[in-house]
Amino acid sequence: MIFEVTPSQTVGPYFAIGVPFPGGNLIVPDGTPGQIRITGSIYDGHNEPIPDHVIEFWQPDGDGRFADIYGYGEQSTLPGFRGFGRYGIEDGDGSYEIVTVKPGRVPGPNNGPLQAPHIDVTLMARGMLHRVVTRIYFADEAQANAEDPVLAGVPASRRDTLIASATPDGYRFDIHLQGHGETVFFDI
Amino acid sequence: MSTTNEQPETDTDGVRRIYDPVADTPLRYRRDPPEAHPSLDYPPYKSTQLRHPKEPLVYLPHTVTEITGPQLDRTLALKETDHDLTVQAQGEPIGERIIVSGHVYDTEGKPLRDTLVEIWQANAAGRYDHRWDRWAAPLDPNFHGAGRCLTDSEGRYEFTTIKPGPYPWGNHYNAWRPAHIHFSLLGRAFTQRLVTQMYFPGDPFFPYDPIFNSVRDEKARGRMISTFNIHQTRPNWAQAFNWDIYLRGPASTPFEEAF
Ligand SMILES: [Fe+3]
Repeated sequence: MIFEVTPSQTVGPYFAIGVPFPGGNLIVPDGTPGQIRITGSIYDGHNEPIPDHVIEFWQPDGDGRFADIYGYGEQSTLPGFRGFGRYGIEDGDGSYEIVTVKPGRVPGPNNGPLQAPHIDVTLMARGMLHRVVTRIYFADEAQANAEDPVLAGVPASRRDTLIASATPDGYRFDIHLQGHGETVFFDI
Repeated sequence: MSTTNEQPETDTDGVRRIYDPVADTPLRYRRDPPEAHPSLDYPPYKSTQLRHPKEPLVYLPHTVTEITGPQLDRTLALKETDHDLTVQAQGEPIGERIIVSGHVYDTEGKPLRDTLVEIWQANAAGRYDHRWDRWAAPLDPNFHGAGRCLTDSEGRYEFTTIKPGPYPWGNHYNAWRPAHIHFSLLGRAFTQRLVTQMYFPGDPFFPYDPIFNSVRDEKARGRMISTFNIHQTRPNWAQAFNWDIYLRGPASTPFEEAF
């Protein structure tokens, strides 16, 4: 017997009382060798920053190993590596910031050829009845990106919306929910 | 990377089996049917207007990134009081004391153990302990309104809290939200992440609320409504409501996922 899933509802305007937690944006402990900072802003259909949002991240460490709940696959040995980040803010300027390491490469669909380094992203906010899912790829991984089986399924004209650009201490990845330069969101 | 193609065994004795963490990690998850969730574009809920993508979603095959998930409980170091929202302050909060409990299952009916359940809610008067909530209802100094717990080895969660009140909001003239508790589920995989709301049976505001009705299928809406359970009430202490949560389960055959 197959049961039906519980429907999604919006995170609403008041998630800040329960969802964010201190240090939630530290995917690695601050001070981890090789750490990078990923920053960005989230924009609505009028290109206005969204001041209230929850954004979550999931990724492997630099060796392509996860900190999985049930120990699936080879487990990360990077000290304090959480692999998960959550940045939630109720009255920000639309921006987010995480501290992490650049992810390594992991197998593609059906354990096929390696994917390019990427971070899975969930974005939720008031006015969003369901999460949206996107991925962060990296501008300095042109070769790996060109071989990536997921990017291959994205219309070529929109692939650049998934590529984070280099900054002095990491990368920048903006999200446009709607309109010009709309970010690619995935059907997961 | 060690992986397995084996699907979970079917139950032979009618007893629900708990996942084996390694053997039962599916390579891919079942896609949600189209009517299962609200559309991101739902005009009656006005804030969706500028916050929904207009381009079609791009198919994401499930890879190791999507079938794994975090062990956030280690970070959060859950305390004994985290699942009892009535003992988190100096004094007792005002309102109807309730026990809210249930199981977290996947769509095969298998319980998800050790998974994080987070809740947040308004107080008995329908006001959130949040600086943006300016509704003219009293704050309760003894009620903050947030809780967390992990499901046990049988996938069960339990909170003790105060029944939240309905509250007005600015969506349209005389708009009220039915009483609800916000729930956040991490599941065991990135694909299973779910944020939703639990409602109470018989709420008179159901027909008027665009967020509740954004789930177009009546049966699906019913899956967001808890049930009163006399057997789980605590005599002379608390009412009880049950609510089971279903997260997506494994795709039953590799062919269900075409890639
Ligand atoms: Fe609410």
